[in-house]
Amino acid sequence: MPISEADIEKIALLAHLEITEEERRVFAPQIAEIVTYVEQLNEIDTSAIEPALGGLIVEGEGAETSRPDEVQPSLGQALALDQAPDPAAGHFRVPKVLG
Amino acid sequence: MTSIASLREDIASGETTARATASAALDAAEKLNDALNAFLQIDREGALKRADEVDAKIKLQPKDTASAMALGGIPIAIKDNICVRGMQTSCGSRILGSYQPPYNATVIERLLEAGSIVIGKTNCDEFAMGSSNENSAFGSVKNPWDTARVPGGSSGGSAAAVAAGIVPVALGSDTGGSVRQPASLCGVIGIKPTYGRVSRYGLVAFGSSLDQIGVLADQTADAAAVLQVIAGRDVHDATTADVPVPDYAASLNQDIAGVRLGVSRALLGEGLNDEVREAVEKAIAAYQELGAEIVDVDLPHAKYAIAVYYIIATAEASSNLARFDGVRYGFRAEDAPALRDMYRRTRDEGFGPEVKRRVMLGTYVLSAGYYDAYYLKAQKVRALMRQDFARAFEKCDAVLTPTAPTPAFLFGEKVDDPLAMYLNDIYTVTANLSGVPGISVPCGLSSDSLPVGLQLLGPYWSEARLLNLAHVYQKSHPLTGRPRVHA
Repeated sequence: MPISEADIEKIALLAHLEITEEERRVFAPQIAEIVTYVEQLNEIDTSAIEPALGGLIVEGEGAETSRPDEVQPSLGQALALDQAPDPAAGHFRVPKVLG
Repeated sequence: MTSIASLREDIASGETTARATASAALDAAEKLNDALNAFLQIDREGALKRADEVDAKIKLQPKDTASAMALGGIPIAIKDNICVRGMQTSCGSRILGSYQPPYNATVIERLLEAGSIVIGKTNCDEFAMGSSNENSAFGSVKNPWDTARVPGGSSGGSAAAVAAGIVPVALGSDTGGSVRQPASLCGVIGIKPTYGRVSRYGLVAFGSSLDQIGVLADQTADAAAVLQVIAGRDVHDATTADVPVPDYAASLNQDIAGVRLGVSRALLGEGLNDEVREAVEKAIAAYQELGAEIVDVDLPHAKYAIAVYYIIATAEASSNLARFDGVRYGFRAEDAPALRDMYRRTRDEGFGPEVKRRVMLGTYVLSAGYYDAYYLKAQKVRALMRQDFARAFEKCDAVLTPTAPTPAFLFGEKVDDPLAMYLNDIYTVTANLSGVPGISVPCGLSSDSLPVGLQLLGPYWSEARLLNLAHVYQKSHPLTGRPRVHA
């Protein structure tokens, strides 16, 4: 499938990436080549196959994952904010949401 | 490199101390880092403090190694995408930089509990995406056998640190071969356990249905000792299975007479380097001499593995990496006028080209109108690949393949051709897609004195058998050379 630089721009927008013109020019043919390569899967008839969604195998599926709903210690505000680029008044501060 | 067993014995008997052992590893790591760039952080202060604690504990115990801590005083290196409290976790990315996680990964908790000493964090391809280590934001790791060549990836720093004799063992992560392929290129043991065998709590997620933490080691027995400590159910990772962990050390020296090894002739054909083929054929003959029976198996969908993998892995990565947005931790781009610009600029400046390429590819295959054609299709072929293995394991106890199609290649050789780079993982990704365990074992040197690895894949939970097969081979066929850069 041909992928144009405009397609790349649209994908970048969906992926929250701001890419340069140079990156667009490099990525378009590379991604197109990979997409063409993966399209070889179309030669396999999978109409009667159930997809293998997820990585779990039988024993993993069977593991008991529920636990009592008890309050456990957590990071706490100070530690959670410790690595924040711009903490303010006990919160994560971000630029204005509506530009 | 001294084995874990004899290091433990020496430490327990007072012959040496955890502090002296850690010091030696730290010295070697510092001395060789200019040549190898294997470490992104070397924690001398923290490691020595921890070693002193272990020494104090050992003094209080009887001088009987069996009762001492399983890894008392054993130095270990940790891939920089696994969280260790008090140290950085950069994932080889500018977007995390010197980020310090506030908690330990479960594997780290267990290693510390067993007395192991973390000496540093190892370099890797950014977010574990790569097969050559050229995608690290902090420069490539060099292969200790030939520093003009790549160490493999993405756990290249861990593989190089073990190969160069800095540490006996290191942890890596394996999403499509990232433990086994660098192990092969650096001439060490690398094991990827069954999906659900080892907790990923505290491993930065890349492809959640594929990721598994693995062990790189100079000797198979050492890989077994570390796996013993880190394997098993963890309440913090719902994908870990409630399956008993066998005694791996006890299985190492079992006779392999009558073990059936499956070989797929199709996988030894086109695209495989001649010297790798020759080394693997010799290893097959060696296994026969050791009593194993060779049977033909067919993995008809293995040739689609890379196509399936680069749909599923990128789809999962595009979702997992959405969390890196400059809000809560890590790097944030300056002076963005609004939130959305901040996200986009942070991710543009913070991520390298390969991560962007994969995030975009993953976004594309999941986007409206394409989901069925790519993602769902890939998951169906993945189901067929699982069937292939189930059928193969009716005929054999393990499948033997090369680990990588070539020995270590030169820096820059494949960097501009992502697809050629991806094909490095042709033999390894099937294990991640189907969840089965795999191990890479050194099986000889090329004419350029570069290591070649063979891969053994087994049914779910067959790590003990794989370690046994690797150990028996490694004992009878040790590598004859040694890396040029070595402690």
